[in-house]
Amino acid sequence: MRLVTVAGPPSSGKTSLIVRTLLALRDDGLRVGVVKFDCLSTQDAAVFDRHDIPALVGISSGFCPDHYFISNIEDCAAWGERLGLDLLVTESAGLCNRCAPHIRGFLAVCVLDALSGVNTPRKVGPMLKTADLVVITKGDIVSQAEREVFAFRVRQVNPRARILFVNGITGQGAWEAARIWRSAPEDGVLQGGRLRFSVPTAVCSYCLGETRIGSDHQHGTVRKIPIPS
Amino acid sequence: MSTALSPAPFDAARFADFLRLHHLPACMEANSPDAYWAALTWEQREDTGLDPETLAARYAEFLTLDRQPGAEMALHSLDVLRGRDKSGNPERYDLRFAPGDVVCLVGPTGAGKSRLLADIECLAQRDTPTGRQVLINGEPPGDSERFSGESGLVAQISQNMNFVIDLPVGEFLHMHAESRALTDPAPVVDQVLHAAVAMAGEPFDADTQVTQLSGGQSRALMIADAAFLSPKPVVLIDEIENAGVDRRAALDLFVRKGKIVLLSTHDPLLALSGSRRLVIRHGAVQDVITPGPDEQAMIARLVEIDARLADLRARLRNGERISGFPA
Repeated sequence: MRLVTVAGPPSSGKTSLIVRTLLALRDDGLRVGVVKFDCLSTQDAAVFDRHDIPALVGISSGFCPDHYFISNIEDCAAWGERLGLDLLVTESAGLCNRCAPHIRGFLAVCVLDALSGVNTPRKVGPMLKTADLVVITKGDIVSQAEREVFAFRVRQVNPRARILFVNGITGQGAWEAARIWRSAPEDGVLQGGRLRFSVPTAVCSYCLGETRIGSDHQHGTVRKIPIPS
Repeated sequence: MSTALSPAPFDAARFADFLRLHHLPACMEANSPDAYWAALTWEQREDTGLDPETLAARYAEFLTLDRQPGAEMALHSLDVLRGRDKSGNPERYDLRFAPGDVVCLVGPTGAGKSRLLADIECLAQRDTPTGRQVLINGEPPGDSERFSGESGLVAQISQNMNFVIDLPVGEFLHMHAESRALTDPAPVVDQVLHAAVAMAGEPFDADTQVTQLSGGQSRALMIADAAFLSPKPVVLIDEIENAGVDRRAALDLFVRKGKIVLLSTHDPLLALSGSRRLVIRHGAVQDVITPGPDEQAMIARLVEIDARLADLRARLRNGERISGFPA
């Protein structure tokens, strides 16, 4: 089974991209499935359901979404193996932008929305910088100049990545994305594998449920903004 | 890895750019990625999520961008070899496009125009649903051309497109020029601006915000920008609205710049202006029409009608009363 991690800011078009690409792969006879990671809630299971794509949903709610992802990815992959899938996609939002769900040895995809403006590639963290494939959505409604500047700025922070424009509505470009996903590394071992980027090491009192404000309530790793006096 | 990619001497300004783009703390003193790493505190190193080898490798990759100044691909010919239609029947035509060609695509929605363009965009090698093959300068493209970086030969202009960035036209064009790593962008920016203003019905200048441009002005700017500043050798245009843009001037501009223009249009003036017309139906090119003397004679008449309509439009804009059809 191939495992592909897909990450991108909220509403960037991840689900549309995944559906379009998986349908193209299924046309080629591959068995495909999705694990959707979200923080609060998700309606996307219904979208996958409508297309008869098996989908597993994980809601991290009060738990750090990145830690949640890493502590569950192995079990999710085992689920995919049990279903006899040829390709399993994990979908997760950009989370706090500090982290990325990308794992060494597995195809890593970042989804960005051209409509969010040409400064976006400079604001997104490791989920963009450590990706193998950067998919830019909604390119059909911004000018050619802005598309070129957007792609250039992606290259500036990640010169290695393949850049692809995909239209999630019409599916234009999804066929090419499918071709790249199909040649993703196969049967990688997660156990003992490594993330491409470390998750935060900070543990402070707020991580443990503290809600009160004030230095009396701040324990563990605490960091302050350097404010000029 | 880093040594193979970065024989160039250390450039402090480029390194500072790199740090800024990667959200890494600035450090003026370091004269190499290794020295930079050594100067970071333990906490800062943890924050980067990097190790010294990855940092050096990323910087080396960043420097390779300087050596690829968005060079325009030298395209002498583009072939699209026949595939099959939606029922699997063989297509009848091989197509060859050369710089300066204006080729019109006609056919109803869903006929397969997008599929033809997608085949060109991904440099199909008999591996797309249509089975077509694309040749660049007579040869199949190498894997590196197909699968690395941001491929794609095609710049697109459609009626759905907008400028979303809020900048004055001049700054916007400079930003685009910067992404091409042009050494002296000012003359090109001026050319784009002049060409765009000449095409648009109403004047604007470098200080006009791009989001404030009228429909015709922004289409004119997109066309001039694609002609002068886009490195893509093929331009796909999905209809040019006839309000506020000199459509024939737009086509002439692309022809002068040696672009291959694929024009998806049912506008009579434009559709007849092409050197060829591809009739697309049921997923395949069903016919290739070269305008004969009759159609060419029509063009002169259409230009005349178009000029009259433009004149009426201008008079309405000026608040005039219209009495009778202009002679």
